[in-house]
Amino acid sequence: MATFLSLADAVRENLHDGDVVAFEGFTHLIPHAAAHEAIRQGFRDLTLVRMTPDLVYDQMIGMGMAKKLIFSYAGNPGVGLLRRLRDAVENGWPNSPEIEEHSHAAMANAYEAGAAGLPLAVLRGYRGAGLAEVNPNIRSIICPFTGEKLAAVPSIRPDVSFVHAQKADRKGNVLVEGIIGIQKEAVLAAKRAVVTVEEIVDDLSTHTNACVLPDWTITAIAVVPGGAHPSYTHGYYDRDNAKYIEWDRIAADRDSFTAWMKENVLEATPDDFNDRVADLRRAR
Amino acid sequence: MTAAAFTPDEMMTIAASRALSSSDVCFVGIGAPSAACNVARLTHAPDITLIYESGTIGTAPDVLPLSIGDGELCDTAVTTVSVPEMFRYWLQGGRITIGFLGAAQLDRFGNINTTVIGDYHNPSTRLPGGGGAPEIATSCGEIYITCKQSKRALVEKIDFFTSFGHGEGGDHRERLGITTRGPTLLITDLAIWKPDPVTKEFTVVSLHPGVTRENVQETCGWTVRFADSLEETPAPTALEIGTLRDLKARTAAAHSGK
Repeated sequence: MATFLSLADAVRENLHDGDVVAFEGFTHLIPHAAAHEAIRQGFRDLTLVRMTPDLVYDQMIGMGMAKKLIFSYAGNPGVGLLRRLRDAVENGWPNSPEIEEHSHAAMANAYEAGAAGLPLAVLRGYRGAGLAEVNPNIRSIICPFTGEKLAAVPSIRPDVSFVHAQKADRKGNVLVEGIIGIQKEAVLAAKRAVVTVEEIVDDLSTHTNACVLPDWTITAIAVVPGGAHPSYTHGYYDRDNAKYIEWDRIAADRDSFTAWMKENVLEATPDDFNDRVADLRRAR
Repeated sequence: MTAAAFTPDEMMTIAASRALSSSDVCFVGIGAPSAACNVARLTHAPDITLIYESGTIGTAPDVLPLSIGDGELCDTAVTTVSVPEMFRYWLQGGRITIGFLGAAQLDRFGNINTTVIGDYHNPSTRLPGGGGAPEIATSCGEIYITCKQSKRALVEKIDFFTSFGHGEGGDHRERLGITTRGPTLLITDLAIWKPDPVTKEFTVVSLHPGVTRENVQETCGWTVRFADSLEETPAPTALEIGTLRDLKARTAAAHSGK
């Protein structure tokens, strides 16, 4: 059964040094507030899993929290490269995390396999692709029925997954809408799942086939209005594209990065997210 | 104003848009491909199905998305599916006719690198990586590529095979059991290229207005082959250039956060 907690308690009770952790969100619903809380609490030696590690992973890598990265696209979408990740990979600052790199198709399949309780995912992928030669976790399997050679990757089973969503009802059932990405699979594949939501409502008032995560699939829920910013929450506020563009400059330099993190993360609180989206909220 | 001035970038986008039709189901990469696909939709291909890897199918954005998952894509889509469904049912399932990719590094056989410059394990520049491209390159019916020409981008040998084009050329795709056509069109800011039917090496078939063979060779890292009957790409029409500029202006206003 989902427990309603403060974000600080939800993170403290569910994330530990050395965990395999996914902070998921495919451009939409990225759990920035939860990631910032994890940064404030100063975890170490994390294996960070995410298809599209963007700003939050750049921040966590720059703060030295990552032992290993498992990902399929490490960029600032539409803007450029992740400069803290580059500094770590190219120069070892502040450390040199291990890299396990996949394609989107493989990671999506691997999360789905994790949710399905399977040890591996099978796909028609990586044909002619260089990743198959540098990542020992990309292997092949022969279809026992047709003889076709297919790609195989291990399923993703995080110790804990963090996602953001629109809303929960009072029991803790969670509704995810819009670009649902990999949110459902990330929750169902993980041993523990923490969800931040924009609000608690009496009734999710949705249609029968909506993407709803039942309360008993979730470990903890924290209410953090604006908690996806500068990502967005469909129906609540838009993506803050200007902040994504601005990040490129902030992350370009170790000192400007460190100063920004101190002011906007280490000395900030989850409540600050609500103010950050004030101008972005739509008339509903 | 049919002879409107235009930049090489604009010519590239418009030439790419002309390759698309209303019957296409197109998997859209971000950047120049996204602009080209939406110019096509707003001019001669109103019924084209545009798909972005975030799961949005049949999307019709009013402004170009900054990322592949902007809310605008979902708001205007026929339907939005999960990411596993997108890659399993729609891409791997063979529903996509054209994959439209950009490239950081490209070779003469349409192999693309967006992963690293230098050695994979000790790169001089760590690029974002492949995202959806490795499977887009082999699961879509055919692949169109757009890329600005420079000796850094069009190289003799790419540093990493992020996505497979025609490999070493010839029947390399068939030898790997890949049944899709792979790269069939390369549109740069200077020219239109198509693969040789046998060797699969990209060959210049049309020069954009005002571009010389020397311009193309000077900005390409391999010895360029030109078709025997070289054409000139028609200049952008007033409708095409107006549509592209309006789209870019709306996009710039939307992304500035103002």
